[in-house]
Amino acid sequence: MSEERTMELLIGPQHPSSGHMRLYAEVDGDIVVRLKPNIGYVHRTVEKLAETKKYIQIIPLVERPSLADAANHNLGYVLALEKLLGIEAPPRAQYLRTILAEMNRIHSHFYGLGIHGIMLGSSTIFMWGFADREIMIEMAQRLTGARLTYSYIIPGGVRRDLPQGFEEEMEKALRYIERRLKDYGKLFLRNPVTRARLEGVGVLRKEDAIKLGIVGPNLRASGVPYDVRKVQPYCAYPELEFDVAVREEGDSMARVLVRVEEIRQSMRIIRQALKQIPDGPILSENYLKMIPPKWKEFMETKGRVKFPAIMANLRPPKGEAISRVEAARGELVYYIISDGTTSPYRFRMVTPSFRNVVLFEHLIRECRVADIPAIYGSMDYFPPEADR
Amino acid sequence: MGSRSEDKIEDITKKISQSLQGLSIEISTKEEIVTVNVKPENLVEVAKKLKDMGFDHVKSVTAIDFPEQKELEVIYHVSSLGDLDLAKVIVTLKTRVTSDDPRIPSLVEIWPSSKYPEREEHEMLGLVFEGHPELERLLLPEDYEGPPPLRKEFKVRTEGIQG
Repeated sequence: MSEERTMELLIGPQHPSSGHMRLYAEVDGDIVVRLKPNIGYVHRTVEKLAETKKYIQIIPLVERPSLADAANHNLGYVLALEKLLGIEAPPRAQYLRTILAEMNRIHSHFYGLGIHGIMLGSSTIFMWGFADREIMIEMAQRLTGARLTYSYIIPGGVRRDLPQGFEEEMEKALRYIERRLKDYGKLFLRNPVTRARLEGVGVLRKEDAIKLGIVGPNLRASGVPYDVRKVQPYCAYPELEFDVAVREEGDSMARVLVRVEEIRQSMRIIRQALKQIPDGPILSENYLKMIPPKWKEFMETKGRVKFPAIMANLRPPKGEAISRVEAARGELVYYIISDGTTSPYRFRMVTPSFRNVVLFEHLIRECRVADIPAIYGSMDYFPPEADR
Repeated sequence: MGSRSEDKIEDITKKISQSLQGLSIEISTKEEIVTVNVKPENLVEVAKKLKDMGFDHVKSVTAIDFPEQKELEVIYHVSSLGDLDLAKVIVTLKTRVTSDDPRIPSLVEIWPSSKYPEREEHEMLGLVFEGHPELERLLLPEDYEGPPPLRKEFKVRTEGIQG
């Protein structure tokens, strides 16, 4: 009987709206009975490729799966590698890493907000989100020289020092974003249409969020205050003041509001970090001493790192290292097994979107077909990041 | 950081070794990582004990191919989201199976968060997680044929610049 009543609806894989994946929905009229994600369309074998690449070559490799959040993916990998190598970046580099990571968080959340807007039919929010993420892309370009995939964070430090006048430019950028967030509130967040589409839709209960191992804003919107930046602080986070954005409702609206609050907290972190940033080198002493005096002078005057020759053939001792960072979409875990050669023996990268993929089957059921994009968008799921 | 959090980590590791007495082959601690080596037949029991202690989710499931020993090592990284003190610790639960007959009990019943990563390691290394509700292809194309790609026998062909 039930087989006659229900019908299978295929959504995708031709870019249903935010990415290359397919959803199998079993529908009974307008009601979704069951939904299964079919992922892997943008799988690019990062883990296997990493086994054939030298350690320094893996940096651009791990950045690609998550364009809007490249700095955090870069950072997590370098932290694991530094554990294997037994080196640590100097304080100034730690601050610069933190600043770029938070800039990426703002960028990624605007991106997610824009995509969610178009899924709900609000093309204005799509345009706004994509225009306002441009601010952080531009600022990242001033700091790193690249718009999206910076390869800025390297073992033992960062590639470039702060450019002249960066603080003033950043202050302007942050004031602009503050102004814009008020507009988002008026047009989108408090809009009765948005609220009708999102409030009480796709509720994730606290116990389920923990049981399913959900991460990031999706977890915190269900009342779990887990944030790696607080639980196991890294880089400059122990010295910076910020609040973990948490909400209790667990619905699609709460997930959006947590992200908006995180944009505010990231701005707070960037302001403090720019004020407190200590002077000093941006590359670890272990590598600085290998650089010839002529190039050292270049580094000091230009504020750019010249790679010592050893970087091309990094050879960490036998062993394993695990790192976790709070990327924009949630906890990102790297696990590297080294056999003492110039490439990892096994490289494991567990991205936040991959952790959250289970939400599709859990949240999108017993709801209407029109709720599928509303819930999907609220998860800020990014297929290339999940597929790796 | 500080010594208080180190004390807590020490307390937690002590509790883990007490509760797993007789079940694990070896327990070692390095900073916040607790490594527990178990035999495959004890895996489920150890997992249950860890779950009862408050380790409520799996961060990742990793398998590694060791062709010389003809073994696959399976590693569960377990921690807590609900208890922020426990969350400081990551338990690395390790076990080994032979690569000719790579069967291992699935832990989805105990930790539902291991559902997708177990599926991934199934297709990438040919592991069979017994009792898994949906042991199918995940990321690879449906028509892929050949050895599981993360086994060492699968070689990546590269196009060298020398030709």
